[in-house]
Amino acid sequence: MSNDPMAEIRASFFIECEELLESLQDGLTAMDDGDTDSETINVCFRAVHSIKGGAGAFGLEDLVRFAHRFETVMDEIRNGRLEPTRDTIALFFRGADVLYDIVRASRDGESLDTATTEAVLGDLEALVGGVIEEEEAEEEIDFAPMTLSLDPIDDDSGDAPVEGTPPGLLIRFHPAAELFSSGNEPRHMLAALRDLGEITTTCDLSKLPALADLAPEEGAIGWEVSIATNAKKEEAAEVFEFVDGLCELSIEATGTPFAGLPDLDSPAFDNIVIPGTVDDGEAPETAAGEESEPDPEPEPVAATPAPPPEAAPTPAAKPAPAPVAKPQAAAPSGGKDAKQAAGGAKATVRVDLDRIERLVNLVGELVINQAMLSQSVAEAGIPANSAVSSGLEEFLQLTRDIQESVMMIRAQPVKSLFQRMSRIVRESSAMVGKSVRFITDGEQTEIDKTVIERLADPLTHMVRNAVDHGLETTEGRIAAGKPADGVVTLTAAHKSGRVVLEIKDDGGGINREVVKAKAEEKGLIPPGVPMSDQEIDNLLFLPGFSTAKEVSDLSGRGVGMDVVRSSIQALGGRVTITSEPGIGTTFSISLPLTLAVLDGMVVEAGGEILVVPLGSISETLTLQASDMEQLGAGTQLVRIREEFVPILDMAEKLGFRSPLASYEGSSVLLIAMEDNTRSALVVDRIVEQRQVVIKGLQESYGRIPGIAAATILGNGRIALILDPADLIASAGSSRTMQALDLAG
Amino acid sequence: MTTPDDNAHDPTRQELLSFHVGTQEYSIDIISVREIRSWTEATPLPHAPPYVRGVINLRGTVLPIIDLAKRLGIAAGEKNDRNVIVVVQSGDDTVGLLVDAVSDIFAVSEAELQAPPDMSSDGSLKCVRALTIHEERMLRVLDLAAVLPNVDAEAA
Repeated sequence: MSNDPMAEIRASFFIECEELLESLQDGLTAMDDGDTDSETINVCFRAVHSIKGGAGAFGLEDLVRFAHRFETVMDEIRNGRLEPTRDTIALFFRGADVLYDIVRASRDGESLDTATTEAVLGDLEALVGGVIEEEEAEEEIDFAPMTLSLDPIDDDSGDAPVEGTPPGLLIRFHPAAELFSSGNEPRHMLAALRDLGEITTTCDLSKLPALADLAPEEGAIGWEVSIATNAKKEEAAEVFEFVDGLCELSIEATGTPFAGLPDLDSPAFDNIVIPGTVDDGEAPETAAGEESEPDPEPEPVAATPAPPPEAAPTPAAKPAPAPVAKPQAAAPSGGKDAKQAAGGAKATVRVDLDRIERLVNLVGELVINQAMLSQSVAEAGIPANSAVSSGLEEFLQLTRDIQESVMMIRAQPVKSLFQRMSRIVRESSAMVGKSVRFITDGEQTEIDKTVIERLADPLTHMVRNAVDHGLETTEGRIAAGKPADGVVTLTAAHKSGRVVLEIKDDGGGINREVVKAKAEEKGLIPPGVPMSDQEIDNLLFLPGFSTAKEVSDLSGRGVGMDVVRSSIQALGGRVTITSEPGIGTTFSISLPLTLAVLDGMVVEAGGEILVVPLGSISETLTLQASDMEQLGAGTQLVRIREEFVPILDMAEKLGFRSPLASYEGSSVLLIAMEDNTRSALVVDRIVEQRQVVIKGLQESYGRIPGIAAATILGNGRIALILDPADLIASAGSSRTMQALDLAG
Repeated sequence: MTTPDDNAHDPTRQELLSFHVGTQEYSIDIISVREIRSWTEATPLPHAPPYVRGVINLRGTVLPIIDLAKRLGIAAGEKNDRNVIVVVQSGDDTVGLLVDAVSDIFAVSEAELQAPPDMSSDGSLKCVRALTIHEERMLRVLDLAAVLPNVDAEAA
């Protein structure tokens, strides 16, 4: 199936799966929060069901098998036969995780460790009190577009009581083609009706065309079902709620004269041949080769154990054009299936990321080009009030608008990332035996897609740390008078042009004595040096530091917070810690909104033009002799209000020139560091403020200390973008180390 | 100059682009040459090895420039407007080589190439893959991969 059109369809099935898994997660999270109304449950059920349907089409048996059982248990909840307790929902979360793994494994053609799958399946089955039967249909058919459950368990495990022989209902049901193409199955609906009472089904073949006119995917037959029940019309209608709009349906109390069928001349019946999925053998429309006789199939539904379809189409009997088995290959007639499949999401277009990348690059070029043009216009001495200048002004505005719009294409909500983290919390809390509640906030916050992807690893590590090291053991919490459930909170928010993510636990806080002792023991710091709390907290970021008393299963695999910090720094972000004993620890990650553009201050240092990110500059000033102080041999300080700030010569630190004797009269940029300390960077002059397009240096050259990236100026030349924090840190080693040097 | 037709007979035949670096003449496989452009001032990179002249803007991408004379440890010729940047690709790396002037394109077969003498004390020799004679002049064939700095390793 790999190098034919199916591969593409298959790929989009897996993309679809990701979306479905996401809505499953959403639904489960809502249920976990106490929202157990039928629509929420239906969303979950639908998601699993759609995955199963698609999986059947591609012969992904592991996936079908698991999804089927999962769905069956969910169905129990849907029918109100099973209480959605917290344990059940927790199990569903595990189920969703397993489903995710199987989807991944199926997509990548990998084999999966079946132990977890089996364990979860076992638990699921225990929930409904018995083995859930396997499906049988898929084995018979080489390409069975939609494999559907034929097993009768739904019906055996708790029949609705049939009370007497009250009036009953008459249901006329005629599926439209869309019903089949969206993976629904009349048999299930008929079977579900049986739960309402004893049913009698007759097949309505009045719309069955002559064989020559028969379009295989159309819904040519309908059913008439009479139920002996005292159930209300609404209860019967519930059975059909998934297929609302995908079929002709009338439900009437028995005894009333039978109204004629609704107009069957709807477009769906008439002239649209949907090259979409049709249901398995049981749907008579598929059996194109066997049409001479009306299919009496629906009948057996009335009997208790539904037998497998007797008229399953052989591969040879398939409709000639290869069916497009994409569940979301929405019927051309409208968005109904698409809407159903996507859980009512907004209309979206899937675009290859490469195309967006190209657009982003082109817009980057446009911005550079526009800057070059502005410069040429200025150099040509064209007056500012001329038509050229005002036209250029509009061009500038448009360029910015385009740039922002393009960046918005790449922006994605952090939701998917948060969902992954919720899984990490579940798994890691289970592993260390702590009971953890995971709260997320701001999951609609949007960040550049590439940032999201590259955040996953560091965030995983930090979330694990929070569960493993941050939270106390349950006994410890109870002893400390806290609720037994630990709370890990993950939030995202936009703050002044950056995105701030916070990972907070309500654990015991950082045990600073242990941290310090550990650092001393490891020789990371000299013993006996007094340090501030903040300095001790920052020791966690030192390479080779791990406080876990023993290497636990979870964290402490040699990947420390130093790796977390450097990967976040590589994204232009910063990590900070705040911790309060007994209250908890918070890690904050502050990230740029995008990796592609930057508001910068263009400066000249040592004859070279450089760009300093505007966000890192807290102030600019000119050095006055009266404010400057000498400290020791080589350190100069500037007094800013009541604070002494070290002066660093940017050009010297970058190796462009040797230090000057005096910096009097120079311009300085006051750089605020993450730990609230400041440094004064000397530059020759400040040129301008402008937005620059970031060009990576890493790929073409490699990492340069103190330099974050490069950009292209209006004159076409490349300017380097400074990483002030890195420059300052590499200039005088870390601040802690400086303090220690002085102390030692 | 050699026409491509001559190459058809000998599968080992390859076309080389030759250029002057100082007083010497070097060449590289023309397959690796992306383009040749005139010299533009490069933006210097801090903490870079001396032979890295900096980076230039090549139609929106950042292109590192290697001063081939410095890389090979030989005296460069006078700077003039014939100085060019030969943009080459080796593996995934694209860099510009600053050379004094491009001189010729010619074809040689593998048999005409001879190994350079083993003078391991001269570090720059590891950049030379082979020697050959073209129009009575000795030509040095560069091993491009050896010329390009392993920047990642150096930065680490």
